[in-house]
Order: sequence, then structure tokens, then C-alpha cells
Amino acid sequence: MGMRKVAVVGAGMTKFMRRAQETGKELSWQAARMALASCEMTLDDIQAVCLGTAPDAFDSIHLKGEYLSDGAGAWGKPYMRSYVGGGTGVFAPIQGWYHVASGLFDAVLVVCEEKMSSFYPHAQGAFLTIFDHTTERPLKPNLLWIFAMEMNRYMQTYGISKEDIAHVAVKNKRNAADHPCALLGNPDITVEDVLNSELLAWPVNRLDVSPVSDGAVALVMVAEHVAKRVTDKPVWIQGVGWSLDTAYWTNRDLAYPRYVEYAARMAYEMAGIKEPRKEINIVEPYDPFDYKECHHLEGLLLADRGQAPQLAIDGVSLRDGDMPVCPSGGLLGVGNPIAAAGLMKVAEIFWQLRGEAGARQVPGQPKRGLAQAWGDLMQVGTVVIMGTNP
Amino acid sequence: MSERVAIIGVGWVGYRPSTPEVSYKELTYEAAVKAYADAGVNPRRDVDSFITVAEDFIEGTSIFDEYVPDQLGAVLKPVHTIGGDGLHGLATAHMLIRTGQSEIVVVEGHSKASNVVTLPEVTAYAQDPIINRPLGLNTDFIAGMEMNRYLFETGTTLEQCAAVLVKNRRNALRNPLAPYGADLTLDEVLAGPPLAWPLGRYEAAKHADGAIVIVLASEERARSLCDKPVWVIGVGWCNGAPSLESRVWGDVPYIQKAADMAYRQAGIRQPHLAIDFAELDDTYAYKELQHMEALGFCRPGEAGMLIEEGATEPDGEMPVNVSGGSLGMGNLLDANGLARALEVVLQLRGEAGQRQLDEVEVGLAQSWRGVPTTSGAVAILSN
Amino acid sequence: MTSKIKVFPGTPLREVDFKEGKILYRHDEMNGQYAWDTGIGIGSYLAALKEGVLLGSYCRSCRRTVVPPRTVCEWCFRPMNSYIPLKDTGTVNTFSLCYITWDLKRIKEPEISAVIEIDGASPLHGIMHKLGEVDPEDVHIGMRVQAVWKPADEREGAITDILYFKPIKEG
Repeated sequence: MGMRKVAVVGAGMTKFMRRAQETGKELSWQAARMALASCEMTLDDIQAVCLGTAPDAFDSIHLKGEYLSDGAGAWGKPYMRSYVGGGTGVFAPIQGWYHVASGLFDAVLVVCEEKMSSFYPHAQGAFLTIFDHTTERPLKPNLLWIFAMEMNRYMQTYGISKEDIAHVAVKNKRNAADHPCALLGNPDITVEDVLNSELLAWPVNRLDVSPVSDGAVALVMVAEHVAKRVTDKPVWIQGVGWSLDTAYWTNRDLAYPRYVEYAARMAYEMAGIKEPRKEINIVEPYDPFDYKECHHLEGLLLADRGQAPQLAIDGVSLRDGDMPVCPSGGLLGVGNPIAAAGLMKVAEIFWQLRGEAGARQVPGQPKRGLAQAWGDLMQVGTVVIMGTNP
Repeated sequence: MSERVAIIGVGWVGYRPSTPEVSYKELTYEAAVKAYADAGVNPRRDVDSFITVAEDFIEGTSIFDEYVPDQLGAVLKPVHTIGGDGLHGLATAHMLIRTGQSEIVVVEGHSKASNVVTLPEVTAYAQDPIINRPLGLNTDFIAGMEMNRYLFETGTTLEQCAAVLVKNRRNALRNPLAPYGADLTLDEVLAGPPLAWPLGRYEAAKHADGAIVIVLASEERARSLCDKPVWVIGVGWCNGAPSLESRVWGDVPYIQKAADMAYRQAGIRQPHLAIDFAELDDTYAYKELQHMEALGFCRPGEAGMLIEEGATEPDGEMPVNVSGGSLGMGNLLDANGLARALEVVLQLRGEAGQRQLDEVEVGLAQSWRGVPTTSGAVAILSN
Repeated sequence: MTSKIKVFPGTPLREVDFKEGKILYRHDEMNGQYAWDTGIGIGSYLAALKEGVLLGSYCRSCRRTVVPPRTVCEWCFRPMNSYIPLKDTGTVNTFSLCYITWDLKRIKEPEISAVIEIDGASPLHGIMHKLGEVDPEDVHIGMRVQAVWKPADEREGAITDILYFKPIKEG
């Protein structure tokens, strides 16, 4: 038997904001309503709802999925929340995919929400509790520690400079200037601006990091027969992959994200992709820090190890380059409401492949795009490949 | 696509009021090793995907998903967490296998409820932060209000609710997994202290620690690996009203919808005839009765009479919670649904020991995520 | 679709909206307390720390010594039951100079976090800890370091029984 085909037919998103007046429920509803309106469907057409949202700690709401249920449109419907930390935003559409591909449902709504501003005094504090409660948390670790340490290891292993990596931040924040929902778009930013921004945790400066944000994104995902009825431009899910590495993160090599490679290989195999560098037109890798975009391009086998920064320096990854990377502006530019930011990347591929990305549209009528997210203790990779052909 | 999905292995550790000698990782490892041996699979070689059901605030760790892979043999494999009950996890495994992309999928759930020092306070954080939580009520008040309305609407009596507790804790005496077996009388239960009137303190299940791992497979792999596959013939899940202010109090329509979904898949029109026995959520005694009605085993208001008649006793027409349920085995939080499913599997395989039911072919497991949620799931299994 | 939509939902707020009382809010602190069972593997680790020893465990089939010790090898899924005392010296695998505390307070002297590959454990096997008694300028990957322990009578069986790691004078 062949696999059931699944298409994305609608998408919606809120602005990404440092602090939104709307509650998480309200943000979810706004994105969900927009996604449904975009494909002229109503909640009555939706048979199940998939939710992605990152730690409950941000708003101190236990069972946050249950709390968000009405905002996500789940009242009276089968509803589940999936969760892989920072990778959640690209996992939620995988969850939507298996809901439909299983044959149990023909139309599902996928909603990702994050309201990080509720945590007092700053969302960063919520991250203390991601560390092992016995062997690490007593050291009062900061989330910045581990990313700064990973970046340092990456730079040292391949002889990469901070300046090389800063080109990524510049590219993405410039791209974001064209995104109507972006928090940190800036068409004039330079490498010097990044290098001269406030030092947070060497080698990480303020502008190497994406901002914590509030926001929500939603997709409508449907089976083939529904897709043909509601749109003449469905965007098909061609491949999905995910992989989780060991929790003992100090017992592995931080210079290379092998979990991203495993997730990518799973997705490439499903999509029948043999030469990813030739067969993928647009990439939205996860970029909460600028070095992470490089790290992930290497894990996705789209750049040689240690060579990814060169793509931004040479302009290959610019919007009009040979392989546009983060044409949306990414997390560095649009903002990082964690789960919503991941799903924003999938929505961006959807809009780009339909030729609806406006000022952000990459030239040349792209046929296939890849979105990827990452999370947990530098540990999980989630990959979705979408294309204009089933 | 693989249409049919089977359970080919189960493993468990439990259930005990506390497990101070092992960490949650070690507890889960033991259950996983047993399940893999039972299924005859090697997790590093054979398993395509892993699912955990867990909630951060119960674990006391944000992004608990991080700490899942090592003890399951799942490192560098597809793993994800469902913020739901064990039966949500089972339904997820069912979907993954039906896509045709996975052949063998593992579901894990565990409880270290004994480690949560302030469990009532943590549970209160599931209430709406702006309009409900400031009232400072212990979340059990919701169960008290629901029970009160349920009794009012259906004419069910306090004695009938107490009879659930007597039955389930007595059943637990014949279950070596259950820590809370007891031979109580109705009078003893009714004379107990109140928790949230009309709900008595004894009528709320005590918590327990434990871990359960279930291995599922596609039809082809199940037939090659397993002599006694237990087929998943229907799964359903549903969320009801999102707030206390919008819910109906006497009834649980979300369980009815979840059941309808599962019955449709299983081709069941008359559940009381098609289903031989059931393992239902009884984290509060009255819930077992309310759930029987929502599942269509009887009409609203009749479940109380059925228990008085002994219909749900192990030797009755429709045995319910022959395992002892949560009242007898302990409330395992989000692992509850897997405990329900585990008992159904053991019964269908004829491996339930002293409490084995005769000639059972179809069993139903049902779960509820507890106060203040309106989230539940149903799985129908058959041998 | 983004190209067709001019207005996106969402209402950004400013800090001053709260100060001026335009936006009402509710402050609450969560009372979540836990007493985590440390179990066999980590329990042994803590007991050894109390004695001033860093403990690892060894997997015979993978021929790998790991730290902290664990009861199952995550690679071959076999039980791991031989515990091995390691040295309290090691090599900096990577580090960061952090000018912000975990709750986002700015500090003048950076906290120096590091992954330290412990002598006696397999290559690339280390623990996270802090560095001390060192000028931030001098810290480098590959630096040799040694644990600085709390006095024996103050140790309680916790990772903080090691105060930090300090450089080993070379040569």
C-alpha cells in the first residue's frame, strides 16, 4: 500500500512581540483563525488539533496544552500536545502529518504558541530547570553557558572566527526587515554592529542571540482529496525526520550535531532525496544563535563540516543566492517565541513555495524547501521537507 | 499503510507508594527491559520510534523530553513526548504505525508521584492563572462540584459511589501489582472524612510510583514476532470544555466523543454487548460510574444500579476494574492510561493470574487526565 | 498569503504600559517542591563526591568509561555495574565567560563555565562545572585543570562539593 499524501493548505501567524497584550489562548486563536481563513475553511472542517508549545515554566501553567485548548480550536475535538523542547515548532507539523497519514483524519489544525514574557523577571530564569536536577542545577547554570560553550567548541574545532559567524546574524536581521511580523528586522545592520554589541557570555554577544518573544503560528494540514478541493496550490509534505541524542551532553562531541544529521537522513530517505545540496531550493534551519544556523546546515549535509559560515560570507545563502537560507529572517530577525518560531519556518517554506512571500520571495520559483528545528539539551533535530509536487 | 496494529510486548514496575531506591531513569529502564524481552525486540536495532507521556511540572524538570532516550535504548532515534495521558501515547503509536513509516513503536509512561513534595500546589497551577487560581482552592474542589451535580442529575447515591471504592480495593487484593488492596465495608467508606463534599477522602485514589512500557507493531511484524498479539481495534481521544465556567458539570461529553471515535473504528454499535470487560478511570470513585454511562455501557443514572447488582464485579456481566483500578493500584498520573491498557492486555493474553477473567475477547481501557482537565482517551483491544 | 495580508494580529506592549497602570497583571510565585530520588547510579556519584572522589562507570561491551556513572549504557542498552574512581583532574573541552547570572543579573567578573573531560574517563567524556583561580583572559580549550574541593567536613554529597576547577601549573 502506498503512503497517504498530506498537504499544507493554509497558514497564519501573529506578530512576534517582546510582550503581547494577548494571552497565549488569544494568540493561538488569532493564528488559527488566520490559517483557516487563508484556505476558506472553518473550524467545523477540522477533525483534530495538534498543539506545540515549549516549557510550562514560561507561564507557570501546569498542563499548558489543556489550558490552551480553546485558543487552539480544540473544544470537542481530538487534541494532543507534542513536545520536543526547542524542536517542537517543526515537530508539530510532523504530528499533523502522522494524524492525516495514518488515515484517522482528513483535516487537522496545527497550532504553535509561546508566551515567554509572563516569566518574571525574565524568561531566561525558566531555563534553570532544564538542567539535571541533581548533577547540574545546583551549579546555577545559565542557558547562555551551554550555547556559548557549544559555539566555542565549534569555533575552536574548525578555526572559525566570531566575525565569520556574525555574517549570519547580519543576513537574517536584514532579511527580517521584509517580514511584517518581525521583531528585530534591520536593513542596515553590519558585522561591526554584531561584534560590538554587549557581551553576554563569551563568545556570545547580544546580537548573536535571538530575542525572547510572544507569538503564535498555525497551519492547516489535509489529505489529498481535501487538498484538491480547497486549493490549486497545495504544498506537500515530502519527508519528515526527528532524532534525539543522549541526555548526557557532556559525554559527546559538541562540535557537530549528529542528531540533526540522523533526522535529516530520515527525511531525505522518505522524500527520495539523494543529493540534498542539489535538490533543495530553500532552507530554514533553526537559528536561535547565529552559529546554530551554521551548525545545522552542516548537520543537514548542506555544507561541509566547518564550512557553513562561508555560505553567508560568500552570499550563497542570501535571498538571491544559490541556496537561500532563512529568507524569512529566521529567529534572529523575526523573533524566537520558541515553538511558534519553529512553525514560522514551516509557514515560510509554505509561502515561498506558493510564491506568496511578497518582499521576501526568493527568485526562481522554488520547488522544494526544508525547515529544521533543534532543542532540548542541544540534543534533538526535527526536519520537514515540503515541495510543490506530492 | 499498515491498517492493523498490535501490542506485542508489555513491561512494568510497580506499583508502590514510594520507590526511594531507584531514580525515574532506573525505574523506567527496568520496565523497558521487561517489555523488550516480552516482545523479543532489541531497542537499538528493531524499534523505529519512541513516545513518552510526561508533564514537566510533575517531573520537576522543564523540557523533560531531554531525559527520556537513555533508559529506553532510544539514543539517536526518533523520540518524542506527548503532553497527555498514556492512552494518548498509545494512540500516537497507533497512528505512527498506520502511516507505514514505522513498524515497531514503543510507548513509555512513569510516575514518581512520591517525589513531588507539593503535588496539590503544583496541580493548582493547572487552574486558570487569572480567574481561578487566585481563589486559592485545592483543585479537588472541582471533583466535589462535579460529583455533586452528577448525583443531582442522575439520582446516583453516595452509597453507590462508595461501592466503587469497596469493589476496586477488594479487587486489588488479588492483584500483586496493587499496593492499596483492602476489604472495606460501605459504612467504613461513608463514615470517612470528607475531601470536597460530597466527595470523601477515601474516594480519591492515593498516588503511586511505577513505570509501564508497551511495544506496538504493524500486522506483519506482529505476526512474525509474537504468538499472542493483542490488536488495537479502536482508539479515540477528545477534549471538552476549556474552562470551569464553560463546562457542563454532571456529564463528561468528551469521554462520549472519544468512545464514539473508538467504537466507529472497531465497528461497535452496542458497547455493552461487544465489550467483555473494561478498565476505567476511577481516580475518584464516582468517576467510574460517570465514565460507564459516557461510554454507553448503560443509560445515565443506571451505573449506580449496576454496581449495586454486582454487574461490574469480576464475576458480573461487565467486569470493571478487575485490576483494582486507580483506587486499588494507585494514581499513576499520566501513566494511568497505560496501567489500564496493561491490565486489558494481560487479561486478553490469559496472563492475569488469580484475577483472570474467563473467555474474554474484547476489552476497553479509558483514561482521564484528572482535575481540572476535560481530556480523556479510549482504547479498545482484542485478542 | 503573507503578501496579500497587510495587517497581522498582535498588540505589543511597552514597559511603561504596566507602570502607568494601563495594563493590569497578576503576580504569582509557584510553589513546586520536589525530592528527587537519586537512585543507584547518581546516588553512588553523590556518595563518592562526599568522600572527595569523582566516580565513573564502565561498560564492558562498549569499553567506555562514563561520568557521571549510570546503571545502563545508553549505546548498547546493557546494564553497567562496575564503578570506577576517576581522577579529579581533567582537560577543558570548552568554556564560556558568562557576564549574566541564571536569573539575568549583570556581573562584572564573569562566571566561567566549562565542560571538563575527566582523566580516567573515555575521550570526550566530561562533566559541566565552573573554573576558578584563573584570569578569564588565560582560559583556553585544552587547559589542564584540577578540582578544588570543599573541606571534608563540609561536604554533603552534592556536585557543589567541588567548588570549581583551577588550572594545574604546567612545567
